[in-house]
Amino acid sequence: MNRFLWPLVLVVGLVAFLVMGLRHGDPRALPSPFIGKPAPQFELPTLKNPEVTIGTQHLAGKYSIVNVWATWCVMCRAEHGFLMALSANDTIPIYGLNWRDSRPDAIRWLGELGDPYVASAYDADGRVGIDWGVYGAPETFLVDPEGTVVYKHLGPLDADIWQREFAARMTGGGTGQ
Amino acid sequence: MRRLLIPAAAALAVWPAWAIDQDRRFDDPELQARYETLISEVRCVQCQNQSIKDSNVTLAADLRREIARLIDEGRTDEEIVEFLVTRYGEFALYRPRATGKTLVLWIAPFLLVLFGGIALARVVRHRTSLPIDDEPAGKA
Repeated sequence: MNRFLWPLVLVVGLVAFLVMGLRHGDPRALPSPFIGKPAPQFELPTLKNPEVTIGTQHLAGKYSIVNVWATWCVMCRAEHGFLMALSANDTIPIYGLNWRDSRPDAIRWLGELGDPYVASAYDADGRVGIDWGVYGAPETFLVDPEGTVVYKHLGPLDADIWQREFAARMTGGGTGQ
Repeated sequence: MRRLLIPAAAALAVWPAWAIDQDRRFDDPELQARYETLISEVRCVQCQNQSIKDSNVTLAADLRREIARLIDEGRTDEEIVEFLVTRYGEFALYRPRATGKTLVLWIAPFLLVLFGGIALARVVRHRTSLPIDDEPAGKA
């Protein structure tokens, strides 16, 4: 009896381990080291007006999201409609981080598809992207009123993900503001 | 005309080399060696199974540039690794540091060998204590 018990326990353990690995979801999605930490400091010119800068201090005071996008990013186009809907009903201020893009292209894109962003920071050489640990657009960070990163999503946003991962993490009148 | 031929040929011969390596070169061979080691130990988080030395995606190029900048600033290897880990997590390192969460990665192989060894020893001892009752047939 004992002879067969040990291998059985081992196999069951191994299978449980593998199932956990499979259910983990997108294997490309890495846990962000910024969750629970203050949003990384930055100061960048805005996309539409290089004279005006935008920075971390603009994120404080209420829940906001920082959405990393670029015109070369196919999935950004896919989520754009949802971002437009999100900004249309004033759910949350959306800040853009236009990552490694060309300014004229990006402005044209917003002209054609609409601009859901309060403002987009223009990160031409990707320096701020590195400070935020960005490794693939689109990425979306949820920042709480204290300026702490609460959640990061890799890949396009949609209503389901919004409800499940973002709205659920906003407490104390976050949704209505 | 003749006099121009050799410089022209030399320039043509050098031409393709520009395309291959546009990366930073350090004058100091010691710094160059540190740079090469660092970039071969950092995972390209965008492509995940290449180091940023092997990868030519934009993020890998950006990270190489950042590492070169940090070396220029006189940062130590530890500081540069810390810079990467605070932004991208331990996953960005091909050789994760033996701390906290990654400790299991480091000790698991030794534990496996240990358990395997114990199991093997037990099986062997059990077998050697059995009476030898399977004399080769046909010898008797």
